[in-house]
Amino acid sequence: MAAPLDVARANAASIPVIAAPGARALPSRRGDLARVISIGAALALVLVAGAILVPVAQEADFMAKNLPPSIGHPFGTDWMGRDMLCRTIAGLSISASLGLGAALAAAGVSLVLGCVAALGGPKADAMVSGAIDVVMGLPHIVLLILVSFAFGKGFTGVVGAIALTEWPRLARVVRAEMLQCRESDYVMAARKLGQGPVKVATHHLVPYVLPQFAVGLVLLFPHAILHEASLTFLGFGLPPEVPAIGSILSESMGYLVGGEWWLVLWPGLSLVLCVLGFDMLGRSLARLLIRGDGL
Amino acid sequence: MSEEPREKAIRSSATAPHEAPPHRSGEAHHHHTHAANSRHPGHHHLLQVEGLSAAFEMYAPGAPFFEAERRLVPVIRDVSLGVHEGEVLAVVGASGAGKSLLAEAIMGIAAPNERIVGRIWFDGELEDEAGIERLRSREIAFVPQSIACLDPLMRVGEQVRGIPRGKGAARKADVARRIERQRELFRRYRLDESVERLYPHELSGGMARRVLLCCALVDEPRLIIADEPTPGLDLQLAEAALADLRAFADEGGAVMLITHDIELALAVADRVAVFHDGTVVEETSVASFASPELLRHPFSRELWHALPEHDFAVASRSVR
Amino acid sequence: MVRFILKNLLKACLLVVVVSFVVFCLVDLSPVDPVQANVGQAAYLTMSEAKRAQLEAYWGAGEPLPVRYGRWLAGLLQGDLGMSLRYNEPVTQVIAERAAPSLALLSIAWAGSGILGFVLGVGAGMAERRWPDRIIRGWCFVMTSIPSFWLALILLMVFAVALGWFPIGFAASIGVASADVTWADAIHHLALPAICLTLAGVAPVCLHTREKVVEFEAGDVAGFAKLRGEGPWQRFWRHGLRNVALPALTLQCASIGEIFGGAVLVEEVFSYPGLGQAAVTAGLGSDVCLLAGIAVVTALLVFGGNFAADLLYGVIDPRMREARAAKRAARGGVLGWLVNRPEDYDEPLPDAGEVERGGSA
Repeated sequence: MAAPLDVARANAASIPVIAAPGARALPSRRGDLARVISIGAALALVLVAGAILVPVAQEADFMAKNLPPSIGHPFGTDWMGRDMLCRTIAGLSISASLGLGAALAAAGVSLVLGCVAALGGPKADAMVSGAIDVVMGLPHIVLLILVSFAFGKGFTGVVGAIALTEWPRLARVVRAEMLQCRESDYVMAARKLGQGPVKVATHHLVPYVLPQFAVGLVLLFPHAILHEASLTFLGFGLPPEVPAIGSILSESMGYLVGGEWWLVLWPGLSLVLCVLGFDMLGRSLARLLIRGDGL
Repeated sequence: MSEEPREKAIRSSATAPHEAPPHRSGEAHHHHTHAANSRHPGHHHLLQVEGLSAAFEMYAPGAPFFEAERRLVPVIRDVSLGVHEGEVLAVVGASGAGKSLLAEAIMGIAAPNERIVGRIWFDGELEDEAGIERLRSREIAFVPQSIACLDPLMRVGEQVRGIPRGKGAARKADVARRIERQRELFRRYRLDESVERLYPHELSGGMARRVLLCCALVDEPRLIIADEPTPGLDLQLAEAALADLRAFADEGGAVMLITHDIELALAVADRVAVFHDGTVVEETSVASFASPELLRHPFSRELWHALPEHDFAVASRSVR
Repeated sequence: MVRFILKNLLKACLLVVVVSFVVFCLVDLSPVDPVQANVGQAAYLTMSEAKRAQLEAYWGAGEPLPVRYGRWLAGLLQGDLGMSLRYNEPVTQVIAERAAPSLALLSIAWAGSGILGFVLGVGAGMAERRWPDRIIRGWCFVMTSIPSFWLALILLMVFAVALGWFPIGFAASIGVASADVTWADAIHHLALPAICLTLAGVAPVCLHTREKVVEFEAGDVAGFAKLRGEGPWQRFWRHGLRNVALPALTLQCASIGEIFGGAVLVEEVFSYPGLGQAAVTAGLGSDVCLLAGIAVVTALLVFGGNFAADLLYGVIDPRMREARAAKRAARGGVLGWLVNRPEDYDEPLPDAGEVERGGSA
């Protein structure tokens, strides 16, 4: 037999190429890592900067009302002379941290209910499925309005509403992964060795679903932030003096007809970028954690 | 005339080795020995594959996650084989050895991250990518492993007929021809006319095999590549399926039969290509499996030893 | 078939009861005092005791939850959803008045985003990893990150305020009696909200369709078609379309709730008098009966969407009739068929060959 030819050097050996992979056949691992780090850092920076800027954002300057964007005020000023750049960054920080809190709460609910459904026997499974059906049976926005109303609006209202609306999707993932893991050999072995259900859950099942869960959690962020903004925009969220993006836009709506476009454009655009950032972060993380070889 | 020097001469020649002068049946040439009914009309093989290699671009396994380099992981290395008109060549290898990938590579089908290189001649012509694509629809037909390859939402008859060619009146004529051909094939393969109206999930295992064969035959190909046509069928159905392939070869077609079952291969084929470790280690006539001395590669001998010895002689005649 | 419809009717009734009960419980939990919320802080403090008691009786505060819910449920059986306290009209009338403009908006956005999303998704999927795919996918990711109310604000700002092509809000010109509204006027007012909602709804269908097309192209059916010499678009028209259209249609049927969610926000921006705006008013004003009425109506809307998807599958997919019967039987029990959602159809169905082989082995 002839020595095996190196496929990569087939061109040099003048063997015709029948098919070749495209340049992007494999996703770049290092590219994804760089994306995760840079987007994560940028978002963290906005969160911190916004938290510092909240008092500055409240400062009114009636000498500089309704100014269009300029070098001194890149995002312009509003009807009270407040600098829109500060307000936007502060609002972004408030909206994002509310969204993060809500997403974490939703993830907690979904982890618990997913575990219960997967491990609690058929009755518990049917109960959780029933709850999922009720939650999915109502339009999200109606449930959001109801729950935030039940919690008396405000901060807890928003977090509670989003947590109770967003959990089913992730709970299903957790349940499916856990069921798959429960049937695996090493969990069977652990059970035979006499480990109790709680120990099996914390030692084997939870670590097994962790990558899926982490990615699911990060992918909840954009939804949670968007829902937070919607609720605040409709007036179910925070009191008007807290400059979340939703309330900024809701207030700006009144000045739209006057042609003060910068009041609407910049806060909204920055919200879109923030949500997009979380979305990209989640997708890069998914490629790294779940499909490690990228295929 | 001694065989060894001649084979050497062919291998060392810079030009395409298969264009070598005619040779007798049963003699060894380009890496293989012939069976009695291996024919060479026009002094060449119907299908000749040389130096076919396939590799997947992947991240190096085992390396630290972010340091891992992309590299080509070979799955098929430097495969050479030939199929003559009127014969069945069985490609035999262990399950999961990449035999199905070999079939797809020959037909020029690649995964997005797959690289395929090699020379493929069909009926004496060296084919490039476009040529292989043309062969796919006319000269070479593929019989897949399972019914899952059929569209679950389309009636079987329509799927067997395939896509008509040409434009205008020619197209109309082709449609009519295909309907006629499909009915004829169904009659020939003992499929009731009502089967035409069934959906794939309504077919039984034996019916499904024959329907898949009909799909291949509707275009009147010269070569059939059949991928594991028997798993899951009981012995009777398996024999029937192989007999259908044998009949196609006996009428002058060529069959490349991909299987993991050496007994079946010996029962139906004229020659056997032993696929091991990503390549064809030996391509020889079925007769060589009569005794291990006639086999050159250790893996082929292993296969021989795995055979229930006395069953072999009986099986080799049973299907024909 | 009759059994199937009866079952779903029963399911819908159960859904109405559960949803309305959840609404009443949630409202009961709320610390918001309806009287205070509706008359305002200052007026509440200066109000006389007698006046306050009268208002409390009007808003139904102080009555225990089971009494209120029981009365509402009894009314429901006679087709009475109670009185809307904010609008001072029966809830059925408030909903009926607002259903028509909302349904017009929803149906246009539903069909428009479905068709546009499907076409774009097919285009992206067929060009997997090449530039049309990258552009369409990138656009979809951006669109999913845009809150629908901001999109509405931007469209309003550009096309209504700056360019003046469309009116700034409402369902008809101000000052025109509802009987005198012309079709042209109604359509003119409907156009911008409908465009906005359509654009906002494209991304999910588009991305889903793209995934399904890619999945199909990588699957056995397309692989075999390729081996038979069918070109990419040939095999799409012959096999891909029907295999991809079903899941897309299911998704679109199931996404009615999402589109309604967008409509709530868009109606708010355009001051469009639909159900969404009524829901916001009811929520802000503690109008329990109206809230419950809207929740029930929208839940039925979502249910109807899923039911339609279910029916479509049964009619179009020849494998469904048997598979569904088998699945129901396997699950069993009342909870069993309540759990049976249309998403389940995404699971691969066992192929007949496999079953056969399993039997003969």
